[in-house]
Formats: sequence, structure tokens, C-alpha cells
Amino acid sequence: MSLMNLFRRRGSAPVARERLQILLSHERSSRGQPDLLTILRDEILEVVAKHVNVERDQVRVTMDRGDNVSMLEIDVEVPHAAGTLAAVG
Amino acid sequence: MSKVIVVTSGKGGVGKTTTTAALGAALAAAGQNVVVVDFDVGLRNLDLVMGAERRVVYDLINVVQGAAKLPQALIRDKRIDTLSLLPASQTRDKDALTEEGVGRVIQELRAKFDWVICDSPAGIERGATLAMRFVDEAIIVTNPEVSSVRDSDRIIGLLDSKTEKAEKGERIEKHILITRYDAARAARGEMLNIADVLDILSLPLLGIIPESEEVLRASNLGSPVTLNDVTSAPARAYTDAARRLKGHDVPMTIPSDRKGFLDKLFGRRAA
Repeated sequence: MSLMNLFRRRGSAPVARERLQILLSHERSSRGQPDLLTILRDEILEVVAKHVNVERDQVRVTMDRGDNVSMLEIDVEVPHAAGTLAAVG
Repeated sequence: MSKVIVVTSGKGGVGKTTTTAALGAALAAAGQNVVVVDFDVGLRNLDLVMGAERRVVYDLINVVQGAAKLPQALIRDKRIDTLSLLPASQTRDKDALTEEGVGRVIQELRAKFDWVICDSPAGIERGATLAMRFVDEAIIVTNPEVSSVRDSDRIIGLLDSKTEKAEKGERIEKHILITRYDAARAARGEMLNIADVLDILSLPLLGIIPESEEVLRASNLGSPVTLNDVTSAPARAYTDAARRLKGHDVPMTIPSDRKGFLDKLFGRRAA
């Protein structure tokens, strides 16, 4: 850290600028169309529910929308007990 | 050739109504025939900021529904006779505004005035989309602050897709008006600066309105900022912006309220 930084309190505006640029680049590209991450989340959970009886609170979903890469994590606890298989139509 | 303009922002409280009144009054003071139209159905305030709240008889919805003729609903300003106001309704019936009805009223206003300035409600609902529906130009009022910039971006997207011009493949002229700007804080890196905002929104700048006590003072008194104290910093900034709207090439400056040594020492006396 240079001596200057000690005296110059860094403003928060550059952080605001960077956050906006990342957010808006994402919002502009997905404008008017449903969010891919949301579709994936819903469809994956639908498929899981088709085969396994899962309680809603046993599913952990986290989403992190980034500039170039987004992350979708779905954590499902599948119990081993018999009878957990849902009817497969 | 009349021009229909919407003053919009997405976010509330950034200065749409102040801007509508100030620009309308500045254009009218320069001899133009101007009407300012309040689209904030249920929460009208342009009448109050213009100082005409006790003279409202009919409103936009009455005209849209045919219960009143346009000339009956228009309120002529007492200070400038080329300035008129078409107030919004105070009843909460937003669905009373139909697209056809609004289109008809705008058409009628075009025939009477040089400038039709529509004060949009906040948000992106029906009232906001109807306010922008038939316009030629848009002024996007933005505070140098993250939520305001984000909402401006959203509104720009709507202007490019939901307006009649956009649907016909034509372009709407869009301008950014930055309000509540504090040059000193921006210089210290505590506030987004002008270049940041323009860079993010990629639109031309119509003006920079400095943060000023005068804006509240004018609204307290029911006077557009540009009429209350013409020498104040925001009045000069709005007057410059109005001249740019008319196509004049006015150098971009950030006016400041001059404070003398004694003012600073003793604080400003109440007017």
C-alpha cells in the first residue's frame, strides 16, 4: 500500500460503477426472455421430484449470477429408505 | 411541429415532477406554447408543484372518458400564459386510462401546443407505459446512485420496445438528465460521476442539475424551479437543459449556488 492511500480515503463510487456494469450486462442480455438459471432450477427440480419424494426443505438451491459465468448449485438429499421412489408414469 | 416528450425514470423520487414543471416553465418563458400532463393517476402532484392545486376542476381521465372537453380541463398558468397543465385524476382508477383514449388526447394536445411534456408515474406498470406510449422523445431522470441507474436502464429498454415509434421501427430520441448531483462528492469518489453514468447508460446528456436547497424551497411555494429564483443554480441548469431541448448548443456546465463568506459563516437566512 502506498503512502498516498493512507491519506486518500478511497471512494465507493468505483465499486458502484463496477457492480452496475456487471448487473446491467446481465439484465440487458436476458431482457424480454425468461432467465436461463431460473428455467434450469425449475426443470431440474421437476425431474428430481418425478423420481424421488423430496421435501422442499431438503433441497438447497443457490444461484450466483456472474459477469461471464453463472453458478447454479442444487443440493438434494435423497433418503435411502424404501418407498422413496415416486411412481414413474 | 409539436413535440411530445415523456419525463420518466423507473425509480420514484428522483425528480420527474420537478423536472417536468421546471422544463415546461422554462420553455414557456421562452415564448413556446407548452402543456405539462400529469400521468400519475391516483397520486397526482404536478398540480401542487406548479401551484395550481386549488384550480383543478377536470382531469386527464375525465377527458379520456369524454366527460369533459380538453379546453375545460386545461389549467392556464397564472405567471406565464403560454403554459398549461393537464392534471391527473386523484381517484385510484388506473384502468380508466385506455390506450386509445390517451392516444386521442395526445393527438389533440399536439394540435394546440408546441411542446407536450408528460410526467410519468414511477414504476414500469400501465401508467408509466401509457405515459411513454405516443412520445417522440424521452428524458430519463437519473440520480447518480446505483438503484436509479439500474431502473433508468430498465426504462430505456421499455422505451425501445413498448412505444408506438419503437414498434414501427422508428427511434425515440432519448436524453439523460442527471439530478441531485454533488460535484464535490463525485470528485472525492463518493458518488458516481457524470462520465460513469453516461458510460453505463450510453445516452447523450441533456443537463446536470446540482443538489440544491432551492428545489425544496420552490416546491414549498408551488413554483417551478425555473420561475422561483431564476438566478439559483438548479434554475440555471434547467434553463440550459430547456435550451438544449430546443436544439441550441449550450456548453455543459454544473452551476453552483454561490455562497459568500458571510453566508457560510452564519448559515443561510430563511427567505
